[in-house]
Amino acid sequence: MSYDTSTTLDDDTREAIDIDRTKGDFHFPERHKFDAGRGLTEKTIDYICDVKNDPQWVREFRHKALQVFREKPMPTNWATKDLENIDFDVIRYYLSDGEKPKRSWDEVPEEVLKTFERLGIPEQERAFLAGVEAQYDSEAAYSNMKEELTKLGVIFVNSTEGLKNHEEIFRPWFGKVIPTSDNKFSALNSAVFSGGSFIYIPKGVKLKQPLQAYFRINSENFGQFERTLIIADEGAEVMYMEGCTAPKFETSTLHSAVVELVALKGAKIQYVTVQNWSSNVFNLVTKRGLAMEDAEVRWIDCNIGSRLTMKYPGVIMKGERARGEVISIALANTGQHQDTGAKMIHAANNTTSNIVSKSISVGEGRATYRGQVHIPKHLKGCKNNTECDALLINTKSRTDTYPAITVRGNQHATQHEASVSQVSEDMLFYMQQRGLSEGEAMSLAVNGFINDLVREFPMEYSVELKRLIDLEMEGSVG
Amino acid sequence: MSLVINDLHATLEDGTEILKGVSLEIPAGEVHAIMGPNGSGKSTLSKVIAGHEGYVVTGGSVTLDGQDIFEMSIDERSRAGIFLAFQYPSEVPGVSNANFIRAALQSRLPKGEEIDAVAYYKNLYSKMDLLEMDRKFTARSVNEGFSGGEKKRNEILQMLMLEPKVCILDETDSGLDIDALKIVAKGVNAMRSPDRGMLLITHYQRLLDYIKPDHVHVMAAGKIVRSGGPELALELEAEGYEFLKDELATA
Repeated sequence: MSYDTSTTLDDDTREAIDIDRTKGDFHFPERHKFDAGRGLTEKTIDYICDVKNDPQWVREFRHKALQVFREKPMPTNWATKDLENIDFDVIRYYLSDGEKPKRSWDEVPEEVLKTFERLGIPEQERAFLAGVEAQYDSEAAYSNMKEELTKLGVIFVNSTEGLKNHEEIFRPWFGKVIPTSDNKFSALNSAVFSGGSFIYIPKGVKLKQPLQAYFRINSENFGQFERTLIIADEGAEVMYMEGCTAPKFETSTLHSAVVELVALKGAKIQYVTVQNWSSNVFNLVTKRGLAMEDAEVRWIDCNIGSRLTMKYPGVIMKGERARGEVISIALANTGQHQDTGAKMIHAANNTTSNIVSKSISVGEGRATYRGQVHIPKHLKGCKNNTECDALLINTKSRTDTYPAITVRGNQHATQHEASVSQVSEDMLFYMQQRGLSEGEAMSLAVNGFINDLVREFPMEYSVELKRLIDLEMEGSVG
Repeated sequence: MSLVINDLHATLEDGTEILKGVSLEIPAGEVHAIMGPNGSGKSTLSKVIAGHEGYVVTGGSVTLDGQDIFEMSIDERSRAGIFLAFQYPSEVPGVSNANFIRAALQSRLPKGEEIDAVAYYKNLYSKMDLLEMDRKFTARSVNEGFSGGEKKRNEILQMLMLEPKVCILDETDSGLDIDALKIVAKGVNAMRSPDRGMLLITHYQRLLDYIKPDHVHVMAAGKIVRSGGPELALELEAEGYEFLKDELATA
């Protein structure tokens, strides 16, 4: 599936959407009508349920999830001890102004509108998107989709609306791809989730333009827990893009999303993420897709910023000839740890998976790749290709690779390649001798390193990505 | 334009002295050649002028049009007009040659001003034609998988595109066969101009058959031990560095 939006844009439009993400570092005073307060107890859950007017089954789901969250240990046996620095008692789990998402930007509260205008969202919507959902703290402030898509039966709403108004489609899949007990943070999300998208694409409907969600944190000590469920019915195709920012607060902020994708027979889902969290966000996200017969799920994931990101998008290939792909780019600057990877679970014959991961560690930044590929013995004709490349810029940075490829049986083809390279002093000297500043030289080297992956991004996002990298590299020069 | 090197001393980071008082003036319009045995400090001189951080300047000065270049960063020196054609050019994986040269040119423009893409490619192609470089080199990653000769040609291409005030060519002839040498020389000669100075660093006289220098200097043990006209290079060719034994002994 490809969306050729690049040809439809003139230079002015491109320039208009070529926004400066340093502009993400601002916030407005909080005006929350609903605030669940600090800390997480049964009362917090009930507060959220009451405010959202959740159905009883959701209330029960949340309470159960809270128990699971409490019982699950922090995964510090394999992951970083930095997780212990998250103080669940000071986090605020739900903040909203109590307004329903607006269908028109004119109705969005002024400060919220200003926020998204500064981030360039309305322009992007006009330029190349089929629909947009813009979330501000716990709830969507704006949600709209082109009218013709509504006529085709496409559903694009927030999770609250999804579970209430489309229960018959929502409920059978909700929490099925990623069960509550998958990990501590999927349990946390299941307990307090708010916002995120619910998307349903009917049989055979192929969206030509992407749908986009933008997640904005505006409040300090806040936890954002959006929950996204995308279902592409048989033969349907959709590309979904998400962007995220938060201002730089003195204290840490938590972002813990759960994203479930369901691609039914012959369907295709592409999920593109360009995150640019400020450097004190703990970003702990669980993402997984289910691909049925002849279906395809692709994760295109770009992780810039945050204090700690832990994210391993996965695909369960449950039907014959299903395909799963993870293309990821992670950039870890000083003070950041990008712990990312991919999970490919082959559960049917002749299924194919591809993982291409590129990480860049700068300064004292740390990048970790964790991959899991699972092909059981009773299957045949499964293929996996895994490539992970790391680029180190200066000697203090660190990169680790933990691939786990479990292939049982002998009727499969897997290949694994890994490389570590360095931007040497000589390479920088060479580029600087041609007139590039140290920052420009580093970002050119980084862009060269990820060049082949950036082509996989939609045009608009690859421009954005390049700019984000430029900003990061400039900031990393003393 | 004039590049003035005055009593330049430089050491490695460990304190080993490599340049022990080099003085040299390259006015606009002149081509100077520095010859000398291996380890004499020729390449170090070029790197110190370009600003390589592996060396510490311990004395003396280098000025470009009266400006102290040691006050400038590596890239500022480049933008001020100092170009170094590397003996061993680095590879820059994933960055196309065309984008690299374009970025270098872009860095010379005021903020907000963009290079005209059509004019840029026209210029690039004409320079590539002069150097008999295939068009496919625009899309290939900088120096990646290039042969030795292709890398050297690529250095000259960049030099032609950036139009520096001072061209320093470090062992540009090494690793070139005679045909490639002729092409490279053609490119360098095309750059000769009354407004531009050149410094050729070479081990062999061969290059000087194709690029005629105005002055030849011999460097040994970190100093310039003899200077003369083009005939000095021929002398060296005929007699080797042996005849400099006396100078070397006192250096």
